[in-house]
Amino acid sequence: MDQAALGEIRDLINRHKRWDLIFAAVGLLCLGIAALTFTALVIDMALDGAPRLSADFFTNFPSRRPAQAGILSAWVGSTLVMLVTAAAAIPVGVSAAVYLEEYAPKNLLTAIIEINITNLAGVPSIVYGLLALGLFVYAFGFGQSILSAGLTLGLLILPVVIVATREAIRSIPSAIREAAYAVGATKWGTTWDHVLPYSLPGIMTGVIIGMARAIGETAPIITIGALSFIAFLPPAPIQGEFPFLSFEWLMAPFTVMPIQMFNWTSRPEAAFHQNAAAAGLVLLLMTLSMNALAIYIRYQLRKRIKW
Amino acid sequence: MNFGLILRAFAASAVVAAGGATLPAHAQLVKIDGSSTVFPITEAIAEDFQQSQRGKIRVTVGISGTGGGFKKFCRGETDISNASRPILKSEMDACKAAGVDYYELPVAYDALTVVMNPGNTWVKSLTPAELKKMWEPAAQGKIKTWKQVNAAWPDQPLKLFGPGADSGTFDYFTEAVTGKAKSSRGDFTASEDDNVLVTGVARDVNALGYFGFAYYTENKDKLKAVPIASAAGKPAVYPSTENVENGSYQPLSRPIFIYISAKSLQRPEVKQFLDFYMKNADALVREVKYVPLPQRVYQYNLEHIAKQQLGTRFGGENKVGLTIDDLVKLEAKL
Repeated sequence: MDQAALGEIRDLINRHKRWDLIFAAVGLLCLGIAALTFTALVIDMALDGAPRLSADFFTNFPSRRPAQAGILSAWVGSTLVMLVTAAAAIPVGVSAAVYLEEYAPKNLLTAIIEINITNLAGVPSIVYGLLALGLFVYAFGFGQSILSAGLTLGLLILPVVIVATREAIRSIPSAIREAAYAVGATKWGTTWDHVLPYSLPGIMTGVIIGMARAIGETAPIITIGALSFIAFLPPAPIQGEFPFLSFEWLMAPFTVMPIQMFNWTSRPEAAFHQNAAAAGLVLLLMTLSMNALAIYIRYQLRKRIKW
Repeated sequence: MNFGLILRAFAASAVVAAGGATLPAHAQLVKIDGSSTVFPITEAIAEDFQQSQRGKIRVTVGISGTGGGFKKFCRGETDISNASRPILKSEMDACKAAGVDYYELPVAYDALTVVMNPGNTWVKSLTPAELKKMWEPAAQGKIKTWKQVNAAWPDQPLKLFGPGADSGTFDYFTEAVTGKAKSSRGDFTASEDDNVLVTGVARDVNALGYFGFAYYTENKDKLKAVPIASAAGKPAVYPSTENVENGSYQPLSRPIFIYISAKSLQRPEVKQFLDFYMKNADALVREVKYVPLPQRVYQYNLEHIAKQQLGTRFGGENKVGLTIDDLVKLEAKL
């Protein structure tokens, strides 16, 4: 090979390497901007709110005195609403996804349903709030309760759960299903014993992403009538007397973390703004710990899958 | 097959699964909703009331705005409605149609405060006429500088900040200044969050805005209140507790109310809450930076209820420029 051609090739390689470098730099810059903005926001919030974080802050009800105000009713409300949301969205979402992936015939109707589920994920949350106000609060008579809020947020995250579950199911090699069929398993048996367990890590991820979105939602919850001042807790789910389990809390009035924050930020006193920052920090920690839990469970589940 | 029926059946089964359809009967609950302006007062009362009852009676307070609060109130969903203006004709009709009778109880006064940047050295006071020139619908796109409002002021841009159109504060201010509720220019920076208005005015030397007195007292270091002359030639007065009490801060002082359902009042817990409210209003209203009414007005309120004098004293309209004295007379007449 003559020198000229070799030089040309080297030039070409160098040029491409330069582009590689430029792209890496731009990518790093973008990552930096995103990470910096986020870090700055969190640090600012932490500096404002950290001094307010004490045991009292978690065990006190809201109050007109900023130093005594706490988030007890808010975090309990958020937790209970999330429980209802999970109980509503997971079974429905996972079943819908299993049906669509494993059972549904591939025809026009299924295609339309699939497109609509994807579109639903992009519908503004206030629309779910209005739907829920008419349906759950008035038509079904659930009132302005934890049940209404949980079901609303359940609806809201349903598309996310369905899409994530379908992705997870799709990533199971068909060899697994064929192996099960080959030894005479039914479709249901295959799904229950193999497809679902193997796709559980993916499903978990989808559910947690959905829940993390739901816990920060304000608009639909305000629409269905969450309260700004509430200084008592819903009835305890476990009672001292027969039948020991009570579901009265489902019908109780409530407030949630984002609403408590919103209420505090719109107050004139600067001390309440610190409370809001502290509540924001707690909300962030709640979301992060939900994510951490999901990662841990996923890791444990993956370890058991031996293929 | 009827789709609605299926939904209902599903709902019914869900309720049964949830273990009961309604709130437990033994819960003594007082439900309050409505204006964000009245919220701090009612919240303070609710907080102390629950402590005094040691949790036997529970109180919830929501914020849906004066209008939103009346919607729920007239559907019978709440026991008490917070209102930063008297009930309107349309709301009276809605309540009547649903068979909801109510008592109207004034609980405090608020001074709408016009604020500007501390760097503003040219404005010494404002008259309603000047405010009208700035805020009336005809000013839209035309009045753009301070000089256009008053020839003695500099030729600098006029930047206006005010609450959004859903707020009772907006209703009252527009009526006091332009003579017609909700009649305002549209080209100003509007926000439902008063802290946004505070920040906006604090950052711009050419800015002017208005909101409730409590937001001004908390931000005195960043803002300057404008003294208001009730008419040209009259002395200009600052918004303050004294000037609201002696009736000189006009036309921007306004009474704020609670409305209580007559049917709910038959429940002992609601009556107890009301008595507590009227007994402790003076101290708690002061604490949350509003102007309390003379003690006898709170007494009148209780007497009106004892004599079952239902309904509103305002005939479905807002009254601008009502001093505390006027209100006392209005209440005493009954």
